[in-house]
Amino acid sequence: MRHIIAVLLENEAGALSRVAGLFSARGYNIESLTVAPTEDPTLSRMTLVTTGSDEIVEQIKKQLNKLIDVVKLFDLTEGVHIEREMMMIKVKARGDDREELKRLVDIFRAKIIDVTETSYVVELTGSSSKLDAFVEAVPEGRIIEVVRSGPTGISRGEKGLTIS
Amino acid sequence: MELSGGEIVVRALQDEGVELVFGYPGGAVLHIYDALFNQEKIRHILVRHEQGATHAADGYARATGKCGVCLVTSGPGATNAVTGIATAHLDSIPIVILTGQVPVPVIGSDAFQEVDTVGITRPCVKHNFLVKDVHDLAETIRKAFFIATSGRPGPVVVDIPKDVTDPGIKIPYEYPREVKMRSYSPMAKGHLGQIRRAVDAMLAAKRPVIYNGGGVVLGEASAELTELVCTSGFPVTSTLMGLGAYPMTDRQFLGMLGMHGTYEANMAMHECDTLIAIGARFDDRVTGKIEHFCPHAKIIHIDVDPSSISKNVRVDIPIVGQVATVLTDILRLLKEAGRGPDHETLAEWWRQIDAWRGRDCLRYDRGSERIKPQYAVETLYKVTEGDLYLASDVGQHQMFAAQFYPFDKPRRWINSGGLGTMGFGLPAAMGVQLAFPEAQVACISGEASILMCIQEMATCKQYDLPIKVILLNNGYMGMVRQWQEFFYEGRYSHSYVDALPDFVKLAESFGHVGVRVERPGDLEGAMREAFAMRDRLVFLDVVVDPTENVYPMIAAGKGQHEMHLSPERELA
Repeated sequence: MRHIIAVLLENEAGALSRVAGLFSARGYNIESLTVAPTEDPTLSRMTLVTTGSDEIVEQIKKQLNKLIDVVKLFDLTEGVHIEREMMMIKVKARGDDREELKRLVDIFRAKIIDVTETSYVVELTGSSSKLDAFVEAVPEGRIIEVVRSGPTGISRGEKGLTIS
Repeated sequence: MELSGGEIVVRALQDEGVELVFGYPGGAVLHIYDALFNQEKIRHILVRHEQGATHAADGYARATGKCGVCLVTSGPGATNAVTGIATAHLDSIPIVILTGQVPVPVIGSDAFQEVDTVGITRPCVKHNFLVKDVHDLAETIRKAFFIATSGRPGPVVVDIPKDVTDPGIKIPYEYPREVKMRSYSPMAKGHLGQIRRAVDAMLAAKRPVIYNGGGVVLGEASAELTELVCTSGFPVTSTLMGLGAYPMTDRQFLGMLGMHGTYEANMAMHECDTLIAIGARFDDRVTGKIEHFCPHAKIIHIDVDPSSISKNVRVDIPIVGQVATVLTDILRLLKEAGRGPDHETLAEWWRQIDAWRGRDCLRYDRGSERIKPQYAVETLYKVTEGDLYLASDVGQHQMFAAQFYPFDKPRRWINSGGLGTMGFGLPAAMGVQLAFPEAQVACISGEASILMCIQEMATCKQYDLPIKVILLNNGYMGMVRQWQEFFYEGRYSHSYVDALPDFVKLAESFGHVGVRVERPGDLEGAMREAFAMRDRLVFLDVVVDPTENVYPMIAAGKGQHEMHLSPERELA
């Protein structure tokens, strides 16, 4: 099963490599990993997406908790949560394609953030599957470049993943 | 008080109560060595290779329960130490390794003797630090000791660039008494509800077995374990790492379990209905094929490390906490229950166990004209009367020692269990002998293992360490040869140790006493003479039967009940 795990870790050099190293050393799957500082500059928040049986995911969480730099973690998939991923996609936009791509952007509630005579850069935020759907919908041969952030997530409701 | 970084390192070690530092100087640590020169509180032991430093610090830690300390230079100094760090990591031994690093401004420029020490050691430490600012030095060293010795212990590396120890830069020094880390707080007490469930399961058990691991030794819980075994009347078996936590000469001890464990221990594991695992980690050398592991048992698992629980084997009643604290709670609840497990049921279980024991699975040919390695270990026990710190290398001799030398106290059996590091024995014995100068310390080894750290014979001479090296010389990498005999139809591919040195002359050239023993009748006398030389290292080159195998044996991938006994036993 797919799990999305949010991790608060010390914002220190090497913390990220400890997490990445753990996954490769123990042979765990890692689909994506994003990390950035939080409102507290001493803390980073990481979101990682992994797949595995319940036993393996349980081990992943225990092993992550064992890392000295990991302050706290939460498996977002255990409760109701919101998941978002951001994508920028550069497409060839010439002639009739320009109109069709514009329509597609409207349907997906995306934004065109760069325009040239021959191309668009489209920005789209949503669940990973929505991003997949957009990529699918772009007519064949038009994609120049795709860049995705990997999913991030947050739980619904008042409670949050904080250290206090 | 204003100190330079180099002085801070030394002063912090003093404030930490460090008695011994095992090290080897080099460019990046010269400032620290200079600070060591002008003080007397810390004794520095100059090893002959950085691997020796880590194993010696490790042996010291295993024997004393204190944190071992090493100091090595950057680059090759650090990489040479890696084997020892990984050895300590797999056996959860608390050591702090201070490594020199090139100056901060040149880090990343492929400077002379530069390696990414933090990167290289990351997967084989409990934690590591790179100190880039002298102001962080004292606190980082305090944290390193705290992390190494608390919770599930382990090695911690502190990488210190040379400019951080610059004698020209002095800053105020204060050693923090306590460290608080929001990201690290090991569990002490076990969950009382879970402990109650465990006690209920123990009281209802019909065929219980206690399976203790190295965690009982590391967690100083021998007394509690012994009380539990005695009050419950349960049989107890131990992993390689836990030997001595419960007196091995006692009747309730079934011998070691696992790949080369006793028949009775493995059969009891296989047939038990309640397994009480204490400070053990269900290693593959213990479980054999997981599908066949303790098929009838409800499993209770006590461990300080949550990630040990249900890692390899699903556990029914997990208890996370310090082993000693949890056992104390269990003992209290057992007392409060006012009753023990059913006497008659337990007696029946013991009758079954005694029947297994009757197979006498460790029997070997005592009439042989050659020295059997088992006989050598039995003679060692007889001569030392059980009062010995025994460091071991890795291989057949290690297994024979585990099977035939019954330790009645913890911290007496010093061996590399998890990583299986050949070359561990001699430097580890140095650490033990330096910790206990008056104690009898021996290193049991093979002619292959000993050569991996033979250079430490010079260290033994420099510090007059009267270690007794018991070399079981069979001319082969015995365990490799055994596997090739069993599983590769006797194709002994590169396991014959050709061109061996003359060990007697080798020992003498290092300034020690060397003695070769070839006949069983000469062995006891030679060992008695060796141990009588209280102030000399004696190297006993004992020529043993090269064809002897370690039995019983559970082949990799087999279940606990599928043991091979020795050929004589299988026919019987």
